[in-house]
Amino acid sequence: MAQQTLPQIPIKKGEPAYKLWIFEPEWKGELPLILNPRQLAEQKRAAILPGHRLCAGCAAPIIVKLASFAFRGPTIVVNATGCLEVATTIFPYTSWAVPWIHNAFENAAATASGVESAIKAFKKTGRLPWDHVDVVVFGGDGGTFDIGLQSLSGAAERGHDFLYILYDNEAYMNTGIQRSGGTPKYAWTTTSPVGSVLPGKTQHKKPIADIMVAHRIPYVATATPAHWLDLMKKVRKGIEVNGPAFIHALSSCDRGWRHDTALAIEVSRRAVDTCYFPLWEWTPEKGYMLTDRSLSIARNPKLKQPIERFLEVQGRFKHLLRPENRHLLRDLQEWVDKVWEDLLNRAVNAPR
Amino acid sequence: MTELRGYKELPIGAVPFRLSTDYKTGDWRALRPVVDNNKCVKCMLCWIFCPDMAIIWDGEQIKVNYDYCKGCGICAHECPVKAIDMVPEPSE
Repeated sequence: MAQQTLPQIPIKKGEPAYKLWIFEPEWKGELPLILNPRQLAEQKRAAILPGHRLCAGCAAPIIVKLASFAFRGPTIVVNATGCLEVATTIFPYTSWAVPWIHNAFENAAATASGVESAIKAFKKTGRLPWDHVDVVVFGGDGGTFDIGLQSLSGAAERGHDFLYILYDNEAYMNTGIQRSGGTPKYAWTTTSPVGSVLPGKTQHKKPIADIMVAHRIPYVATATPAHWLDLMKKVRKGIEVNGPAFIHALSSCDRGWRHDTALAIEVSRRAVDTCYFPLWEWTPEKGYMLTDRSLSIARNPKLKQPIERFLEVQGRFKHLLRPENRHLLRDLQEWVDKVWEDLLNRAVNAPR
Repeated sequence: MTELRGYKELPIGAVPFRLSTDYKTGDWRALRPVVDNNKCVKCMLCWIFCPDMAIIWDGEQIKVNYDYCKGCGICAHECPVKAIDMVPEPSE
């Protein structure tokens, strides 16, 4: 019934333009991870359908779309409250082509633990018709850095097999750009305004991925939608490991970051180029490994760009580029350099 | 005043039952992406980065599904050969 409402767009070869993910009970095996873009366009369809009401130029659906290309089979998506949840499931509409469950801000990871335990119980009693059913959580930065950290930490400690993808837009964008634990220092938000008294938020961003590394879970990584191959590979690795996995994905928000809608991918690219948001992955066996563009920068430090390149396109950092605020800019640059140096010292594949 | 219903009579949670493809977001658009298929090198970057799944690859060329395109311009900005132009929507 629901399938009939999907627009039937003629595609000469491959699959229709939009489809629901339905796996027959006898379906076995794994969906391949395709890295060739043209084959991808012919064979894969995103788990998120068009018609969702996220803002034009939002990077969150790009992250969901790229992650869904790396799903390996039947997948259940758990969604914490946030932009992604409220905009994709406005009653009676849903944008999800996969089974989807929503719970509150603070218990997305707890819900995922429950779903995963139910799958395990079904498997034990022989009632699961598939080899594997994966659980993927999408949480925003408010639901991960601040409100949902206890449930995420608990689920990681209990060792449930799920992948938690944090799409980090660096403030509570859904309710009107309030500061969160993920907001960087000196960023403007409505609750950390810029004026004669305050230069924006006065605290640094919480190192959430390093907090998850400290849990010693099997897989932790950072990713951005601009480095899409890297993101897809990391999502597949996170799904394949046995145990909790965590991916911190930077998701630009054109309303909150105050940049042009067309620059969503460009901003994420600049975040990596300036080493504001380095790309790495961590496994207990190997430790920190730089990936993609960050590995190139580590090998050739000339590619590293000054932090202004990242700040200049965003209205929330506009005050930092004024001449009287040069000391703030220097402070931010020093912090970025320190974090990058620290990462270089820890990364096993960085040149010494 | 109507009588309040007990928990047994209430439906289990809120279950969205219609697909969002019924909801056309194309009328949000101020700028319309137009693909020049002579310039296009078919690298698929627009298809990969489109947040609205509005870019369609039909096996031969890139098309834009204007029912859903919100006109953000990511495709035009990311196109390596600048084959996508953002043109203003004609006013009524």
